[in-house]
Amino acid sequence: MDVLKKVPVREQDSKVRATNFEEVCLGYNKEEAMEEASRCLNCKNAQCVKGCPVSISIPDFIKEVKEGNFKEAYDVISKSSSLPAVCGRVCPQESQCEGKCVRGIKGESVSIGKLERFVADWAFENGIKPTVNAEKKNKKVAVIGSGPSGLSCAGDLAKMGYDVTVFEALHELGGVLVYGIPEFRLPKEKVVKKEIENVKALGVKFETNTIIGKSFTIDELIEKYGFEAVFIGSGAGLPKFMGIPGENANGVFSANEYLTRSNLMKAFKESDTPIMIGKKVVVVGGGNVAMDAARTALRLGSEVHIVYRRSEEELPARVEEVHHAKEEGIIFNLLTNPVEILSDENGWVSGIKCIKMELGEPDESGRRSPVEIKGSEFEIECDAVIMSLGTSPNPLISSTTKGLEINRRKCIVINEESGETSKSGVFAGGDAVTGAATVILAMGAGRKAAQGIDEYLSSKGN
Amino acid sequence: MYSILEAKELADCIYEFVVKAPNVSANCEPGQFVIVRTDEDSERIPLTICDYDREKETITIVVQVIGASTFRMKSLKAGDSFHDFVGPLGRPSELIDTPIDELKQKKILFVAGGLGTAPVYPQVKWLHEHGVDADVIVGAKTQSLIIMEKEMEAVAGNLYITTDDGSYKRQGMVTKVIEDLYAEGKKYDLCITIGPMIMMKFVCLLTKKLELPTIVSMNPIMVDGTGMCGACRLTVGDSVKFACVDGPEFDGHLVNFDEAMKRQQIYKTAEGRAYLKAKEGDTHHGGCGHCGGDK
Repeated sequence: MDVLKKVPVREQDSKVRATNFEEVCLGYNKEEAMEEASRCLNCKNAQCVKGCPVSISIPDFIKEVKEGNFKEAYDVISKSSSLPAVCGRVCPQESQCEGKCVRGIKGESVSIGKLERFVADWAFENGIKPTVNAEKKNKKVAVIGSGPSGLSCAGDLAKMGYDVTVFEALHELGGVLVYGIPEFRLPKEKVVKKEIENVKALGVKFETNTIIGKSFTIDELIEKYGFEAVFIGSGAGLPKFMGIPGENANGVFSANEYLTRSNLMKAFKESDTPIMIGKKVVVVGGGNVAMDAARTALRLGSEVHIVYRRSEEELPARVEEVHHAKEEGIIFNLLTNPVEILSDENGWVSGIKCIKMELGEPDESGRRSPVEIKGSEFEIECDAVIMSLGTSPNPLISSTTKGLEINRRKCIVINEESGETSKSGVFAGGDAVTGAATVILAMGAGRKAAQGIDEYLSSKGN
Repeated sequence: MYSILEAKELADCIYEFVVKAPNVSANCEPGQFVIVRTDEDSERIPLTICDYDREKETITIVVQVIGASTFRMKSLKAGDSFHDFVGPLGRPSELIDTPIDELKQKKILFVAGGLGTAPVYPQVKWLHEHGVDADVIVGAKTQSLIIMEKEMEAVAGNLYITTDDGSYKRQGMVTKVIEDLYAEGKKYDLCITIGPMIMMKFVCLLTKKLELPTIVSMNPIMVDGTGMCGACRLTVGDSVKFACVDGPEFDGHLVNFDEAMKRQQIYKTAEGRAYLKAKEGDTHHGGCGHCGGDK
């Protein structure tokens, strides 16, 4: 064994998986997990914990894994995280815990994410659930949205003894975990449903098909239904488009629509909900969502191109996702930007006109900004285009809640320490506050707000 | 689960359901819609609210069987339930926010086509309850497709019914009735039209000529109905709007109907195949070569 290298994780062969929706990464078995755990240096001043948005006691759980005490390892993790099987799969560990790992200085960091996943999956298989020890507090808290921030906030509050109800607008629980992230990255039955069952086991109640801002307002939740605090974790749901000519042609979809059809509505298998399977699909954008849309289209049988205006180095998607996408046969057209979508006489997409880009001076974000190369326009023939340009918060709540401050990007403004909004007793976190970000940052925000809500309600007394 | 209190067939392939849905009935207004799923495998189907009762906590919807999910609704009876029922979605009709005195000054004309009669009804009823009697034109292909005639009669000022084939009352399209009314010397200040897109397009072309401001209720393809997917986007004037959150009602003279009608065709083949499968079992694999199947 080379201690400088991670124990390799088994994956489905790229040629096979390009045609199915089974999970790509197969995860560690017991032996592999224990071997990988033995690479941890168990640092006194653990840097990895500082890189974790929910501050899991990483060396402690890894120490238990190393000794084969998986139940104990699970208990350590579930003190800090309500969704370890999800996080082990979709967190960008390379820029968080693993990015800080001391092992990573000379060799490869410890595979913290894969170990977390192993522990969570082992707990599922062995029927182990998180436990609540707190006394019931008899105080009602409403959580809006059952995505990562809502689930983690609800889980933490339930552990403290609060009476928590989560309101979900869609017919299925999980938010972006069910409508956004595809099955092959995050299995719904095997992982997401079970994680939510665990949150239910903590005593959290769930109501689907309830749109706060439409079915009820936040004021009604407080005044009519007796909730003493509210957490808004409604996410960033509105898709952005480029505003170029031809964008309303038949065959142009937002990544949200394409993924929702496939993931939430199960269009990738037998379902009433249709999805268009293009012969040649162009996905515009370079983030994780773009990779998800591209890899979904590929699995449905399309030839898939990713068009991105900067170079590979600037791709915002996780390196692992880009690597997987390439392995599966996705073609990357980098330093390329669409200028027009072309369509035939019946209004169907027939191609996309692009222009070549080059990298200029760095902008405020430090990334070199792309500049058009004059006269370099060219066409890519295709019959479907998926726009994956990011999302912005849904105004359904902010427009129906008096006294809720939002900024110019329509994001809810909060006190960074407590998560409280400009409206007393109303807290917020996740994409509704930050704009589109990651599952784990949303979970971190949910946890922080749970603390804030606890302090708020404790100081309020009875 | 959302229990069905009443279910009846209004016309060939058109069904009405009264559903217990307290979360919707509490705050809904005319012009808004719900999303319904028949069962666990069903599509999310957007349907305009046709009536509501806040005390009984019910919502009335009218459905036309056109695809696999609506086909399975056909067999639902009182006592059964819908798997999902969510709303109210979209913005209420602008009438709701207009001062009643102002509405009383206006001559309002509703133009309903086929199934569009159902969503027109709550608006006419709302006006009637607020002391405003609006004229209503109801059109359908043929007599058997005329729905809610009695209900409409009870709340409308003048009710004009027309059928394309002349099998009942007047003969001709709804646009012909508008022309006839104007020829008789009638004049209106506001028109609200709901029906098939092609009908709304021609009503708008005519009312533009007549300089009659016209509101349309758009029914494009939707998935979530909360602004998340953008499937329902339309061009209205110079901007792109989402029917689910910015609408469903828009200024009809600004809507790009040709684009909207093309967009409605996106899933025609796929939907047709799913419908046939629901209706006749798994017998359609596209092997006949006629439906564009790939096997």
